[in-house]
Amino acid sequence: MSLDRIIRGSLLGYVLVALGFVFVPIVISFIFSFNEGRFPVLPIENFSTVWYEAIWNEAPVPRAFRFSIIVGLSVAAISTFIGFATAYTDFRYRFFGKNVYLALALLPPTIPVLILGLVMLMFLGRVSLVGELHSVIFAHVVYCTPFAMALIRLRLSQMDPDLERAAWNLGANNWRGMLFVILPFTMPSIFAALFLTAAVSFDEFMIAFFVGGVNETLPVRVLNMMQGQVSPRINAVGSVVFAVSITLVILAQVFLLTRRGTGRLKAPV
Amino acid sequence: MAVAETEGVTASAGRNASRPDGYALFWGLPLALWQGIFFLAPLAFLVVMTFWTVESFRLEPAFETVNWVRMWSKGYVVDTYLRTLGYGVLAAVVCSVLAFPAAYALAFKVSPATRRLGVFLLITPFFTSYVVRVYSWQAVISDNGIVNTVFAFLGFGPVEMLNTLFGTVVGYMTLCLPLVILLQLFSLANVDRSLIEAAHNLGCGRIRTIFLVIIPSAKVGLILAATFTFILCFGDFVSPVSLGGSKPPTLSILIVDTVKQGNHWPRAAVVAVTMVATLIVVAFTALYFAYGHGRAKR
Repeated sequence: MSLDRIIRGSLLGYVLVALGFVFVPIVISFIFSFNEGRFPVLPIENFSTVWYEAIWNEAPVPRAFRFSIIVGLSVAAISTFIGFATAYTDFRYRFFGKNVYLALALLPPTIPVLILGLVMLMFLGRVSLVGELHSVIFAHVVYCTPFAMALIRLRLSQMDPDLERAAWNLGANNWRGMLFVILPFTMPSIFAALFLTAAVSFDEFMIAFFVGGVNETLPVRVLNMMQGQVSPRINAVGSVVFAVSITLVILAQVFLLTRRGTGRLKAPV
Repeated sequence: MAVAETEGVTASAGRNASRPDGYALFWGLPLALWQGIFFLAPLAFLVVMTFWTVESFRLEPAFETVNWVRMWSKGYVVDTYLRTLGYGVLAAVVCSVLAFPAAYALAFKVSPATRRLGVFLLITPFFTSYVVRVYSWQAVISDNGIVNTVFAFLGFGPVEMLNTLFGTVVGYMTLCLPLVILLQLFSLANVDRSLIEAAHNLGCGRIRTIFLVIIPSAKVGLILAATFTFILCFGDFVSPVSLGGSKPPTLSILIVDTVKQGNHWPRAAVVAVTMVATLIVVAFTALYFAYGHGRAKR
């Protein structure tokens, strides 16, 4: 019996070490962003917000932040719509070439982002679509749509297809069935997809680095700052990036795990 | 395109099931159009470009195999390819081994509430700023970084970790460990508990149970997790550069260098196409071992 407890205890300790490994960089970056000293070495010097003031007053960072928000919001909206449309198509229809269609829907994240960025740069450059903020949006939608599609498809698989048919039998046409049956049921996953795709786009730096040209998003700014000398300002920018993306991912999970509305549909008034 | 209802039952009257209507196209087409234009077409263009030539720094459309021959006749390209393959395999093995005890503990040794908390804590960082986390590791493992400061306090070191293979692997783990623990956890959680009890009742020891019962039962998830690690690390650029010091290079570094020096896009495209082809082969091999192989044996 006591051997069981020792094994259980050491396994749980191991889980804590693993979580520690995962969270150490986030915590370190946060701590050093408030450290007055220039270099990220121990011991930690005075607490100070000087690096946050520095990045706030340094034109590229607020600009990159604004670009990241524009890109993130646009990508979230577009890729969630396409993801929803694709998930619904998969849920409802059978057609020739469906496997290829689904591969197209799910493959992009398995291609290295470096190569995605490279091909987008080569291709969009040919049609003069490169170097603008909308180039980043076009490319990010390719990368983010599969995440939205997966989340919404998962939700749809919990739904009885007869619900939609019942609506048709009661006189609803396709669009009303969509509006009053499918949309309310998938709403939590739609919100989860919005937040998750926004987070993925907000964090993505390689594609944005290649196709964005001089339009740096926040992670690209970090990447470019890393080419230069060590600066605690990177920790400050990094902490802002962490705060935004962690918030988005947590919101996505909250919507995903929400039990509200499961299997219950509000009747149209 | 022939479209039919999933169950073959059409409730709305008078609709020809074999012809897509406007409603079906409205939902079906956006993905096909978007991924066709911004994903498939660029990938196809990448393949085409490998046959183009560069004349005095200008791209010339052509159909020459010269880029393929030039790249693959160079010893260092072949070496880099093999090295990158090795790094991917190393990452998959190290990550799978390091993740397993954590996934095992979360699957079998904790309450469902704790498991949900663990899943929540692991999902969050996977989607959180990989590049910033890698930068943070620099401060931790550099020669006068936090770890070496502690080592010096204890009276040894400094141990060189930044700009070594160790550093690269730390970066790979940062990228993949949460995902691998999650995938392993989901497959372990689905292992039939009665199988494990049966093994114990028949006198099978703990370790033997893990290797003879649990791992074979959770095979699909374990293989998928290792495959994802390989895919992500094989193509990663940030860790080998920022934590591995770019030397020796990986294929991703080779691509960027080829583009930077002499603007040689077609040769970079050769490397990129090779990488995508390799990933496709690895993915299908893994799927074969995960799903096909074992069933035939039984």
